[in-house]
Amino acid sequence: MPASLRLTALVASKDLRIELRSRVLLNHVLPFAVLVLILFGFALDADSEALRSFAPGLFWVAVLLAALLAVGRSFALERADGALDSFRLSDISPAAVFAGKALAIFVQLAAVEAVLGAGIFIFYGASLEKPGLLVAAGLLAAAGIASAGTLYGVVASQLAVRETILPLLLLPVLAPVLIGATRAFGDAFGTVAVNGWSWLGLLGAFALVYATFGALVFGHLLEEG
Amino acid sequence: MAFAGFDSLNFAMDHAVSLRSAVVLLGRFPALSGADLSVERGEIVTVRGANGAGKTTLLRLCAGLVRLYRGEGEVLGSSLADARAAGAGSWRRRVGFLGHETRLYGDLTAKENVEFARALCGLGRRESGDESALEQLELPTRLHHERVSRLSAGQQRRVAFACVMVRRPELWLLDEPHASLDTEGRKCIDGVIAEAAVAGAAVIVVTHEQGGVFGGVSAETQARSLSSFPNLRNVALAGGRVVEC
Repeated sequence: MPASLRLTALVASKDLRIELRSRVLLNHVLPFAVLVLILFGFALDADSEALRSFAPGLFWVAVLLAALLAVGRSFALERADGALDSFRLSDISPAAVFAGKALAIFVQLAAVEAVLGAGIFIFYGASLEKPGLLVAAGLLAAAGIASAGTLYGVVASQLAVRETILPLLLLPVLAPVLIGATRAFGDAFGTVAVNGWSWLGLLGAFALVYATFGALVFGHLLEEG
Repeated sequence: MAFAGFDSLNFAMDHAVSLRSAVVLLGRFPALSGADLSVERGEIVTVRGANGAGKTTLLRLCAGLVRLYRGEGEVLGSSLADARAAGAGSWRRRVGFLGHETRLYGDLTAKENVEFARALCGLGRRESGDESALEQLELPTRLHHERVSRLSAGQQRRVAFACVMVRRPELWLLDEPHASLDTEGRKCIDGVIAEAAVAGAAVIVVTHEQGGVFGGVSAETQARSLSSFPNLRNVALAGGRVVEC
């Protein structure tokens, strides 16, 4: 295995191992995301047809809120006891640190999406017409959120007001993902008459741009702490 | 028991640290205001000073973790001027820095933390000796697989020190390494510091111990340790400048 891939796997496996042991995703992020879905369900309960049409948007709002928690948590781990210095003092490529942390967030988001996806069918009674489109859009959007989240996460982690600044930085940036993924999901659920596959291009481009940009500038951002 | 990692240390140059009129600003405040310090390989330098004298900043400067505002500095043959440039990790990998913070992950075990610290430096398990580092610091074997968050402060300090050991540093920067440690723990750490210096590493220790780096042990042991290290030197920091004692 090339050294950069090995180091990426090292960082990702460290974050995921910590996540599995601390169970923050399981005990905090997932219940929060499911609660958001349920609350939307209560708010729109009188009109189940509207609930089904809004399901893609509600799903992605819940995913974005969960992503904010996952990104914040990912960098809180490194801030808690000065662990970011370990990366600065290591021989590891900053791009590998970026990729490892983004990969760990991606895996967590994919798990959140799987649970919330089940919730959409259970709570909202959604029907699926294009499962391939649903999976592709879910994975590409998760990759974009994880890449942008890692990039803005390290910026926010250097600031004293990191908890409040992260949503302010990240949510506007993620607007294209929210729009593209919602349209693609709408087509997959058969609730909107659009070509969902065409939105995958936007999601893929977003993920690619942020993954590339993040890998290039992460080292500089890490040093500014 | 000798730590396996020290066997093959091979250093090419004499000066590990050379600072001339080093100025470091923390915000607008000069934490170091013209510090001069030279540390040779194989030398142990203890740094003392009042709170806020700039001791921790001095160590962070030598690790390339803060920017040199003015003056000149060279660490392990590399200029501090570009220490914080991306990709400067190659020389900083050869620095072992133990600060006030342990830089441990509470949900990883002691052994996993040490393995991660080693892997970050691209060192293999065999050449670095994860287990032997923890054993030399006398952390009971049953605790090697315990989450760090469940260990006492002193045990966590030993694990953090083991994380520095497995990097096989050429320059050790230790900020109050005896903090939270009992007498046995201090002896262990003093032994490792001594061993590293004998192997040719340079060591800078910030300490408030009255007896300096070997202050945690008995007077007899201290005398024995000190006699083994003619290269032990004490300096003090005052007003952001180094004052030889």
